[in-house]
Amino acid sequence: MSDGNPSLRSGGEPRHAGTVEIHERQEMVSRDLRTEEMVFNMGPQHPATHGVLRVVCKSDGETVRALQPHVGNIHRCVEKIGENLPYYQWLPYVDRMDYLAAICNEHVACMAIEKLGELEVPERAEYGRVIVAEVQRILSHLMAIGVYGLDLGAFTPFLHQFRERERGMDLLDHISGGRLLYHFVRIGGLKRDLSQDWLDELDAWIDTVEQRLPEYNTLLLNNRIFQERTMGIGVIDRDTAVRWGVTGPGLRAAGVNWDCRRDVPYSIYDRFDFEIPHGHSGIGGELGDCFQRHWIRVREVEESVKIIRQARAQLPEGPVMGRVPKGFRPKDAEVYFRAENPRGELAVYMIGAGKPEAYRIRCRGPSFSNIACITEVAEGMLIADLVALIGSLDIVLGEVDR
Amino acid sequence: MQIWIDSIVARTEWLQGLPIGFLYTIGILVACGLILIFASLFAGEVVWMERRISGRMQARIGPNRVGPQGLIQFLADGIKLLSKEDIIPKSADKPIFLLAPVVVFMGAFTAFCVVPWGYGLVPADMNVGLFLVLSITSIEVVGLIMAGWASNSKWAILGAMREVAQVISYELPLGVAALAIVLLAGTMNMTDIVVQQEGWIWNWYIFRGPFAFAAFFIFFTAALADLKRAPFDLPEAESELVAGFHTEYTGFRFALFFVAEYCAMILFSLVTAVLFLGGWSPGFPVDLNGPWGRWIGFGVMFAKLTFLLFVMIWIRWSLPRFRVDKVMYLCYKVLLPLSIVCVIGIALQVLFANAFLGGSAFGDWLMGRAP
Repeated sequence: MSDGNPSLRSGGEPRHAGTVEIHERQEMVSRDLRTEEMVFNMGPQHPATHGVLRVVCKSDGETVRALQPHVGNIHRCVEKIGENLPYYQWLPYVDRMDYLAAICNEHVACMAIEKLGELEVPERAEYGRVIVAEVQRILSHLMAIGVYGLDLGAFTPFLHQFRERERGMDLLDHISGGRLLYHFVRIGGLKRDLSQDWLDELDAWIDTVEQRLPEYNTLLLNNRIFQERTMGIGVIDRDTAVRWGVTGPGLRAAGVNWDCRRDVPYSIYDRFDFEIPHGHSGIGGELGDCFQRHWIRVREVEESVKIIRQARAQLPEGPVMGRVPKGFRPKDAEVYFRAENPRGELAVYMIGAGKPEAYRIRCRGPSFSNIACITEVAEGMLIADLVALIGSLDIVLGEVDR
Repeated sequence: MQIWIDSIVARTEWLQGLPIGFLYTIGILVACGLILIFASLFAGEVVWMERRISGRMQARIGPNRVGPQGLIQFLADGIKLLSKEDIIPKSADKPIFLLAPVVVFMGAFTAFCVVPWGYGLVPADMNVGLFLVLSITSIEVVGLIMAGWASNSKWAILGAMREVAQVISYELPLGVAALAIVLLAGTMNMTDIVVQQEGWIWNWYIFRGPFAFAAFFIFFTAALADLKRAPFDLPEAESELVAGFHTEYTGFRFALFFVAEYCAMILFSLVTAVLFLGGWSPGFPVDLNGPWGRWIGFGVMFAKLTFLLFVMIWIRWSLPRFRVDKVMYLCYKVLLPLSIVCVIGIALQVLFANAFLGGSAFGDWLMGRAP
């Protein structure tokens, strides 16, 4: 016993006899039966990290002892590129940040630029923007719901959601010409008007989505195995969520009733009547666990359908493009604009310098803050739960790295 | 098998001069070859079946281009896998790495030799047939540990660890549930087990009392876990462990694991059909033990087998995956106690029937005898 055991060293405070005995036994075990912690890389090429996230885990068997997410594998300098291009040329790059919510990104960027340049947007364009942004939110959440099933080993919901998603992407394809990255929201308005045919198609689609959501719930939300895998797992409580800057469904699942669309009204969201689903004990599971995050996404799809219906009903006639001066050069000013993306708060900070391009651009991606908290939350989890946690945060690596 | 060869020899003159031991050996080799071919071809078809059914379940089509309805898709896949580069990782333990797929393959195939496809359609009609099936399939675990360990990959070793824990644990409820049926049948010979279930559908062992009924579900669940089928597919959970123990395998070696997995599925479906669903008995009294009738029996067996495979596929594509600790919980705290209750229950049922209802038709039915 010459080395090591602090409880037997002279000069230490006297310990209870039982404690000493336990320490001795532990030492004997660790001397005879050497165990090692294993460090492994989850990613960048790993099916469950949703892209090129790399998580370095220190594991003890199936238990994660410590972990560190490493990001930056697909850093593409979106912000820096924006400082070298005229404002309108930067918009396609914004699409590629959160590629599952391209229109929402455009919407935020355009609103920031319009605020900087004090531009007016016509009414019809505002309504059109809300409609396409909510369609995009539904598409993004459908993907999140399906992929979460895949993370937990259920393949079928993943392909079922593609059935609806495909039609939704066709819808956006018809007005913008792109299936994933649209470049449809432009500075001052929209690229194209929404035709009556398109609006009819949209009506049919949202009806289908609403009809089929219960199917996904049968496969996932109401499934006993799913509930056992997610309830009480990966709890991000209110305090942790606020400290790490978690936003979006992650924040709302923690019981914080916060949504930029309602609480920092932008665009025309104050004209619609919709609920902000937030976590509470009545849903099942614990406040802020994976199950509640999933539940919130499902509920948000329903709310988005509501918003689209209202916007459809109120849609005014008129132009979809406002007056944008030729050679758009916003004056010296700075602007910070935030809005609710499917994954949380996307904010754009911009300094204009009286030039065609911005002096400084910086974005705050929700996925980046959301994934950061796993260092704290995932400690002591099983590897399977770590996958459930990362999946429930629904990160897009394009946005984490930008 | 022996009887069959004897009857062929009796009818064929030029064979009579040859030593009978030699003929038996040849006969058994031929039978094994036939089973090898049949099982691997059928495994290929099961892969096709799984892909088509999952396609239907997932609102898509599935493979339908190679052959009618995509029936020979598996040949195309096989050729693809054969022509792939065979990669052996530098840090792998080479001999064990090479041996592992063979061990797994062997474990899955050998057990076929005692499973009857129809009356007398069995290569080796052993009186410890069921025991042999359960023990030979356990050998597969050794191969999987070898694969996981020799790959020298962290994901593979994690997968192998889960594998060992899961399969060894689930052998317990599996074996105990099978034991319940052995108590009922009074034999481990699989042909005899089926013969006692002939006649009407209520003679199938699954319907002989509540304990046998429960034993069926325990056996089938444990078999799913033993086969690493969803929802128990943790050892190869693609979203957690990439591909588990076969992460580092490519080409034909991977194909061996793949075929072995489907062969094991077929095997367990067969055993389930034999133990609980009356084997080749169609559920009404008809003599299928004659020289031609046994081929009809083969068809009945095949139908039951396909149904059980369908159920396995159906379950796999509907449910999410269990978590490691929940799987162990289910095994040790739910299935194992229940299966022991089943064994005790069936023992009491047989004792009761023997003591009070001996000789009557109902007594025989309760005791698991042929009525």
